[in-house]
Amino acid sequence: MNKPLRRVAVFCGLLVLALLIRVNWVQFVQSDQLKNDPHNRRVAIERYSTPRGNIIVDGKAVTGSTTTDIGDFKYKRTYKNGAMWAPVTGYASQAFDSNQLEKLNDAILTGTDDRLFFSRTVDMFTGGKQKGGNVVTTLDAKAQKAAFDGLGKSKGAVVALNPETGAILALASTPSYDPSTFAGMSNKDAEAYNALQKKNDPDDPMLNRALRQTYPPGSTFKVVTAAAALENGLYTDPDAKTNSPDPYLLPDTAGLPLHNEGSIPCENATMRVALQWSCNTVFGKISADLGNAKMKAEAEKFGFNNGKIDTPVRAAESIFPKDNRPQNAQAGIGQASNRATPLQMAMVASAVADGGKLMKPYMVEQLVAPNLNVVQQHTPQELSRPLKPENAQKLQSMMETVVKEGTGKTAQIDGVTVGGKTGTAQHGENNKDNPYAWFISYAKTAKGTPVAVAVVIEGSDTLRDDIAGGKLAAPIAKNVMKAVIEGER
Amino acid sequence: MSSTTTTTTVGTFTAPSRRNTELALLVFAVLIPVFAYVNVGLAKGGSVPPGALGYTLGLGLLAGVTHLVMRKWAPYADPLMLPIGTLLNGIGLVFIWRLDQEPSLGRAMAPNQLMWSTLGVALFLAILFFLKDHRVLQRYTYISMVIALVLLIAPVFFPGVNGAKIWITIPGLGSLQPGEFAKIIIAVFFAGYLMVKRDALALASRRFMGLYLPRGRDLGPILVVWALSLMILVFETDLGTSLLFFGLFVVMLYVATERTSWIVFGLLLSGGGAVAVAMFEPHVQVRVHNWLHPLDLLNGGVTETAQAMYSFGSGGLLGSGLGQGYSRLIQGIAPKSDYILATVGEEVGLAGLMGLLLLYGLLIERGIRTALGARDPFGKLLAVGLSGAFALQVFVVAGGVTGLIPLTGMTMPFLAQGGSSVIANWALVAILLRISDTARRPAPTPAPSTDAEMTQVVRP
Repeated sequence: MNKPLRRVAVFCGLLVLALLIRVNWVQFVQSDQLKNDPHNRRVAIERYSTPRGNIIVDGKAVTGSTTTDIGDFKYKRTYKNGAMWAPVTGYASQAFDSNQLEKLNDAILTGTDDRLFFSRTVDMFTGGKQKGGNVVTTLDAKAQKAAFDGLGKSKGAVVALNPETGAILALASTPSYDPSTFAGMSNKDAEAYNALQKKNDPDDPMLNRALRQTYPPGSTFKVVTAAAALENGLYTDPDAKTNSPDPYLLPDTAGLPLHNEGSIPCENATMRVALQWSCNTVFGKISADLGNAKMKAEAEKFGFNNGKIDTPVRAAESIFPKDNRPQNAQAGIGQASNRATPLQMAMVASAVADGGKLMKPYMVEQLVAPNLNVVQQHTPQELSRPLKPENAQKLQSMMETVVKEGTGKTAQIDGVTVGGKTGTAQHGENNKDNPYAWFISYAKTAKGTPVAVAVVIEGSDTLRDDIAGGKLAAPIAKNVMKAVIEGER
Repeated sequence: MSSTTTTTTVGTFTAPSRRNTELALLVFAVLIPVFAYVNVGLAKGGSVPPGALGYTLGLGLLAGVTHLVMRKWAPYADPLMLPIGTLLNGIGLVFIWRLDQEPSLGRAMAPNQLMWSTLGVALFLAILFFLKDHRVLQRYTYISMVIALVLLIAPVFFPGVNGAKIWITIPGLGSLQPGEFAKIIIAVFFAGYLMVKRDALALASRRFMGLYLPRGRDLGPILVVWALSLMILVFETDLGTSLLFFGLFVVMLYVATERTSWIVFGLLLSGGGAVAVAMFEPHVQVRVHNWLHPLDLLNGGVTETAQAMYSFGSGGLLGSGLGQGYSRLIQGIAPKSDYILATVGEEVGLAGLMGLLLLYGLLIERGIRTALGARDPFGKLLAVGLSGAFALQVFVVAGGVTGLIPLTGMTMPFLAQGGSSVIANWALVAILLRISDTARRPAPTPAPSTDAEMTQVVRP
């Protein structure tokens, strides 16, 4: 019986050998794939096993980490003044993933970024836990606070830029949410998260209105129309009379009139006066005279129709469409099918303020390794040149008149040159909904042009005239500009 | 041996007893689990677990007593099997205790397992003490058959757990997996039956296409066993036991008859049966599907199969370290029983798992070595049957958990939580040791030959 016994012995040996080969296959060959499979919970456990790096504003972290006892995840995110900073940071939740800066810079924050390889290797040899790097933002805490407090309970957004670099100084959106409330993974977190969803809260607090919502730009768009007029040589002198009737009859219509709000001196007004009082007739005619192609080209130089404005959080695309003549004339006063994000209108103000140069807006200054080495440093980039310097000067003087003597008086700051433009965008069919109050502006000091701001408020007020922008939005812009300038001094 | 004292042509073969080797190995078999235990304590609680000393003494005492009993009643037995069994059981206890530290996995099971292990060792000692010669078992051939059948069929009358009816519940005592004991008893029956019938089965056959085809009446028993294993599969939905049962029979039949044709028949029948059952048994279909697509989601959730694969993959070459893995992600009590290998793979890595599999391999091969060395056909058949059953069980469980073959619900011998399993396997090792003791014991010195003076012995 020994011969079959030996064969059985070999067979059993083969069984064990098969097992050995199989475990080598699983644990060696397939190991990495299984280890990093997105459904492998260890990936998430690992991810939350160390505190995340922080998002820094003015040298202070606006985020933090705390340990939790619930479940497998050791650390969860905390936010300081979460509602105010949510449009900047986004959220990072154990249960609901992350978005905005938290998502885009996740690799740095968790410490898995390839650029942190050296720091990780050192940690490995010294036995230290893997640490996350930090994201240093360009934001100005005082300006952000001024913006957030200014918006208060109303629905709206504020964007402030440094026109010289494109750095985002304030990025506020209301109503907001506190990302801390759903940073964990308990039932309470889930309830908080669900309550914030648009279907449960019509105010949509998780919408980042500053970057991700487009509005009809209203009269603030007249700045772009004026720029187009100057750039195309339609009118070269802001103080020369324009050839414009009041009311202006829209082209290609059966004499549909375009009126002005209130009794303002608009017939054949100069561009300066027209901007000062926000004449619809003048700018509607300019837009019609230039034609859709030229208007569209100028708007695009300011950043319209560009779906790739990454701050690095991508802004929604602002639109100036190809359109027929009456629509195009209406678009010249921001009242047709053109739409803009608050960021876009801040870019318009900043381009005018910076002598016609539009800088690429950004909000991440540096990515920093745990050992404080700078991993990535932003260098300001020019996006385009919508205006020649001399035309920019002319437009600036016009916008300064608006604040000195026109609809934007509420934005005046002592000892500072402020240029601005109000806007009230009608909204809804037959204007039945509350209008949007707009204000865009910039401030110049002896040292330069440190700030340009756009404010939009989804009208909590029923004011219909152009004063709405001046009354609701301009004071907020003023406080934001003041905060930046005071910080400069 | 000196030529002057021994004058017979048949030399007495005296193997060294190797009891000291066994003692040395036992020291390691006790120390390794103790170190592992301390390691888990340090990893989970940051301190040496309070029970460390007691655990060391307890395990050491158990091993020591067992060793002394071996010296007295089985002095020539194989020196490797006891240390390997002790080591596997100790490691199993450490892993179960380690999993007890996870609150999500329910109540602690290590204390019970320790009790069952002690009972297992007690049974081991009792067998060595009472079973002086394994050939005694031959007398119980047909009684064994009856007992085995009862044990195999009994679970049908008890409610199933997790889709498989492999338990019988005794009120007040807990549940019992009769299949574990049945595998030993059925090996006894097969060994006794085949020893008697082997000539008929081997020789009365017709040659057809290079194969020796058995006669119809000899084919009877194999068909009965095949049908029985299918019935287990169908009524108890226990793929593992039926595979084990049938595989065991084929291996023993092959060894007894030395006819390859039996293997061919066995494979054809088991393959055919498995496919036929897989056609209409949803329980089996699910397992086959999980085997082919281990990482598929079920209702949006990760399956146990996938969790086990993630455990193995995440363990990698060296593992996460004892106590530092996440095999608790396999929910319920599965990580302590069927899936305990996943914890081993994750926490001690490929290196540790291969070491463990090699220990099993070594134990199996020592068992077959015992069969080779045994001098009586019954002992040979019984030893190969027990080793074969053990080998099949290890292969089916480890292969199932690692995704080599579809998963079947069986326990990893010695390692997994489960009283029936650990007791039955200690009994299995005890019988093997008894056979090996008989096999290696020096033959009694023949009576002095009266012819010695008269015969001229030619020497080189």
